Amino acid sequence: MSANGGPVLEVDGLVKHFPVGGVLAGRRGVVHAVDGVSFTLGRGEILGLVGESGSGKSTVANCVLRLTEPTGGTIRVNGTDVTHLSRRQMRPLRRELHMVFQDPYSSLNPRMTVGDIVGEPVRLHGIAKGRALDARVEAIIDTVGLRAELRYRYPHELSGGQRQRVGLARSLVLRPSVLVADEPVSALDVSVQASILNLLRDLQRDMGFSCLFITHDLATVEFLCDRVAVMYLGQIVELASRTELFRSPQHPYTQALLSAALVPDPTVQRTRRRIVLDGDIPSPLTPPSGCRFHTRCPLHEQSAPASDEEVPALREFSRGHLVACHLVAPGRPAPRLVEDAADIVSAEKG
Amino acid sequence: MPQPLLDVADLSVRFDTDDGMIHAVDKMSFTLGAGEVLGIVGESGCGKSVTCMSLVKLLPETAVIEGRALFEGRDLLAMSSRDLRRVRGRQISFVFQEPMTSLNPVFTVGRQIGEVLQRHLGLSRVEARARSIELLDLVRIPAADRRLDEYPHQLSGGMRQRVMIAMALACDPKVLVADEPTTALDVTIQAGILDLMRDIRERLGTAIILITHNLGVVADIADRVLVMYAGRKAEESPVDDLFAHPQHPYTLGLLGAIPRPYEGDDTRRRLQEIPGRVPSLRELPQACAFAERCRRATELCRTEIPELHEVRPAHRVACFHPGENAAV
Repeated sequence: MSANGGPVLEVDGLVKHFPVGGVLAGRRGVVHAVDGVSFTLGRGEILGLVGESGSGKSTVANCVLRLTEPTGGTIRVNGTDVTHLSRRQMRPLRRELHMVFQDPYSSLNPRMTVGDIVGEPVRLHGIAKGRALDARVEAIIDTVGLRAELRYRYPHELSGGQRQRVGLARSLVLRPSVLVADEPVSALDVSVQASILNLLRDLQRDMGFSCLFITHDLATVEFLCDRVAVMYLGQIVELASRTELFRSPQHPYTQALLSAALVPDPTVQRTRRRIVLDGDIPSPLTPPSGCRFHTRCPLHEQSAPASDEEVPALREFSRGHLVACHLVAPGRPAPRLVEDAADIVSAEKG
Repeated sequence: MPQPLLDVADLSVRFDTDDGMIHAVDKMSFTLGAGEVLGIVGESGCGKSVTCMSLVKLLPETAVIEGRALFEGRDLLAMSSRDLRRVRGRQISFVFQEPMTSLNPVFTVGRQIGEVLQRHLGLSRVEARARSIELLDLVRIPAADRRLDEYPHQLSGGMRQRVMIAMALACDPKVLVADEPTTALDVTIQAGILDLMRDIRERLGTAIILITHNLGVVADIADRVLVMYAGRKAEESPVDDLFAHPQHPYTLGLLGAIPRPYEGDDTRRRLQEIPGRVPSLRELPQACAFAERCRRATELCRTEIPELHEVRPAHRVACFHPGENAAV
């Protein structure tokens, strides 16, 4: 099933709307959490899905894993359309798709030992039992860098970093082709984050799975990901390779996001210009017409009136670099909001 | 050198718990100058918040606080609770991490800011309202007079944090303690809050103690940095010197652990890891607390507590083997 050379995951026009309100709330509305998101995840690729809170990045992850039912669009895993499969039909596919959660404190069952937690997917899929199960659990616990004796411990006995390793072991024990990681390090301390990020990269290299990595942290993305999709209010506004995105961000939102990221170096940080966006992210209950970013866009004067009325398509700016902005066309870059990232690099190196 | 605004010496904080004593802070000393931004950096449990909260007795009864904390020449730790009430919230005020939970959901923003003004400054309702509008303007909340009548749930996270800052600034404090003020906020909103704090320092001359785990925030706004580890001060330095010439192996480890944007291309370096974990705060080692995780550790580090000493101008480190080169 996974032998073909195509992408392991294809998401096309994904839409997820949540109805809100009710009899008591009086009025009804629809939260446009995800509105027409398309991307592919190649074999062995790490794709970063970046966005601020409310951008819909986690909803995309939940739809991909079929933890929520998509409202529209299609999701294909290894070429199979899984968009509306029943739970029973999904079951065999669950071997291929696994998730690592953000909070290693609440995502592990406190009444199960580490060994039981890690072995559970193997048991549930009826893949191995007895000695064979033991061997698998032992192997994966070693792979994620946990000491063997920890398998008899309970989650509360472990540190945050160790718990996240258990989470990783559980998701990788079946050797899935896709790992979905939703902010897997944001609950951890800096030094622990580093070891988990290193581990994730090593594991990916050794095991070859594809990874959809969801985060709000651009520095993490740059460290880990091959390609990056930037989301704003339920839509992808820019999608490019890591180097391309950081070297030549096009969408004004991406530019603002990159300029706002803090560099841990005072000389660089204090000479950088950052774009502070006006106002707050609009409510997904009533997303703005046209380009969803137009209410906060520093380039709104130039993009109006088209951006007020027309939704900009996500189209190719250069090879493999997609941008959804009225000001960007093939070969025509968006105006720079601040000096190029390249200048910042030279400032830092110099 | 002028007398510092705040002069803390040998501050120790212990918590008496069912499981025995927890030594959260061990003999911390630091100063804060007027109008200075002091960053206190460390990972969870290092005692950075407890240090600041102990100054104005914001800790539970189980806390045993020792030491001296002179604020404008008066010892905060020896003050009666009555005197302390006049300092807390008025001269030294706090902004906490969670703007969602620090505001009372059942009162309007105006009432909550007004309460501070009425309590501390004895303003009338009308005066308080006028001043509240000024304060919201100060923290750059648009349409301030309308916002006053809104409830916290009607505001976004960034707006709530601005309201918190407005409340903290209500009595024109000399010291603002900001405990992870931007951690719960999005990147683009965070930038706005940092700009606001910089602006406040410049316009009002407020000294700021900024507690954070984020070295990027420190790089952005702090004048001086204090790195804490396991309840003790590991390193203290002007901000530029700390980043350019870090001395303590723990500081070096922290700096190496952060993925940095714009690192350039495909070298795909590894992040530095700090092996092991933070020691238990149950018993304080009569040794360097970091020794167990440190590659430079020698017998000396395991038997004696390193004293803080100056290695570069105004740059002090508590380590027997300081230096900016060798890895952890």
